[in-house]
Amino acid sequence: MTNTENAPSGAEIRLEEVTKRYSGTASPAVASVTMTIPPGKTVIFVGPSGCGKTTTMKMINRLIEPTSGRISIDDRDVLDIDPDKLRRTIGYAIQQAGLFPHMTVAQNIGMVPSLLRWNKKKLAERVEEMLDLVGLDSAVFHDRYPRQLSGGQQQRVGVARALAADPPVLLMDEPFGAVDPITRGNLQDELMRLQSELHKTIVFVTHDFDEAVKLGDRIAVLGEQSKILQYDTPEAILQNPADDTVAGFVGAGASLKQLTLLRVRDVELKQEAITARPDETVEAVRRQLEERNRPFALVLDERDRPARWVHKRQLAQASSLRTAGKPIGDFVSTQSTLQDALEACLAEGGAAVVTKERGRYAGTIDIDTVMATVQRLRDEAGVSE
Amino acid sequence: MNQFFEFVGQRWGSLLFDLYQHGSLVLQCTVLAVVIGVGIGIAVYSSPGGSAIATALTSAILTIPSFALFGLFIPVLGLGVQPAVITLTLYALLPIVRNTIVGLANIDPAVTGAARGIGMHRLGVLTRIELRLAWPSILAGTRVSVQMLMGIAAIAAFAKGPGLGGSIFSGLAAIGSKTAVDRALAGTIGIVVLALVVDGLLVLLGRFTTSPGVRARA
Repeated sequence: MTNTENAPSGAEIRLEEVTKRYSGTASPAVASVTMTIPPGKTVIFVGPSGCGKTTTMKMINRLIEPTSGRISIDDRDVLDIDPDKLRRTIGYAIQQAGLFPHMTVAQNIGMVPSLLRWNKKKLAERVEEMLDLVGLDSAVFHDRYPRQLSGGQQQRVGVARALAADPPVLLMDEPFGAVDPITRGNLQDELMRLQSELHKTIVFVTHDFDEAVKLGDRIAVLGEQSKILQYDTPEAILQNPADDTVAGFVGAGASLKQLTLLRVRDVELKQEAITARPDETVEAVRRQLEERNRPFALVLDERDRPARWVHKRQLAQASSLRTAGKPIGDFVSTQSTLQDALEACLAEGGAAVVTKERGRYAGTIDIDTVMATVQRLRDEAGVSE
Repeated sequence: MNQFFEFVGQRWGSLLFDLYQHGSLVLQCTVLAVVIGVGIGIAVYSSPGGSAIATALTSAILTIPSFALFGLFIPVLGLGVQPAVITLTLYALLPIVRNTIVGLANIDPAVTGAARGIGMHRLGVLTRIELRLAWPSILAGTRVSVQMLMGIAAIAAFAKGPGLGGSIFSGLAAIGSKTAVDRALAGTIGIVVLALVVDGLLVLLGRFTTSPGVRARA
């Protein structure tokens, strides 16, 4: 494990034959789970409710004590560490945030550092830093109480509280389960951004497979008694579900889900479209279209941003490129998923305009490119098995 | 009416002393009851059976007529301050115990779960989270107890206890004499005024000790 200044890496978590048996029940809640969670990776425990995924996660920070087996974080047995001290080194975020209603946002975020007895100045600075990290304006939110926040804002504070003492490990128990789909999508994007900066070891519990595919570096699909049905990358699970149970969980539309794993920047863009500047003459553009036998030209604005599509018929009557043709409806950026790109292609009738940083024109993507990519992924999966 | 004010003017000193004694008795008994009642509440709130027993027991105390309870304590504890304090404290328990249990049991388990999960010690969860969140409910119970004790404390005079009850009792015992009604009236009005003032102070206390984040729930 490398540990550099600006890329602090998470810790490795190892579970060895971990079992949890509650007294008075015939079968264990968690039966002999063995897995290694690599440092700095996001591992998703996904499975039906009641399968023991939360129990398994809570054994890592000893909110639930294992009946047998060994759990270690960076080779230190968690049972050798005082539970309260252990938990202060492990971030913990839960559904509905579980914020302390009688404390301000700042007090909530500063809780773990204050338990660790950081001095006041360092603590105050850290709170500011965390508010900034999760995208909440300190001037507005610092002294608010949880009930004055929306569900999404509460979750952000919950994540900030979990991260405040800079723990190498972060446990998240369905943290985005109670917010509306749009907020949930935003929070997921935020978490991915945070993780790309922080490189924590994240254990994330959810029953939503799409969320698992989006966020996970690895997904552990768990069955009854937390039995590991498959533990692999999202791509591998989508392409080759280990058995029918996993396949059922992956659900319909596995190929479509795969498209959410790839970004537009991962595929080659077409550069064939004829582009024009608004100050060019209509006549020049028309001649160009005729020479290369194309029906459409793309008009860019002064800052290179795509503005309008013009058909050659429309050019016949047009006086200026500023008003000719129709504005672009749906375009995607190089950051967008291939799923978004496919959506835009369908909406735009075959090809979508792609923009890069600051909205500048990057090229176009068409349905054939998307199809070819899916086909290539399929072939690769076939070879690797 | 003039005669009443004249009476109050003449006895101002001793009435004021009784008023002070009355208030002091009630407040001390309330503080004692809060300590014991919150303790009982903390001990039982997590078990439904224990909560039911604690509530039933404290309710049973409240059903005993206060006059009888004071009387029953005389052979054991004699007359004076001691039986008054014990009786009043017992009466004050029910609202405090019940509101402590309700307040603690109504806390969202996600909040306490999160507190444990981020590494707060069990005692820390109780003092920094649970009791702070249950406080408005405990305080509401305390206010009920105080109001109740104000009246019951008057009966402490029956066992020669301190307070304004003495004035009421002696007035009622000498009914027909010149100042009898005035004495009883002075004691009663004194108790009502005292009760209102103390209740107002408790509301203020609630303002200053309850976080704005939970005030609406109080």
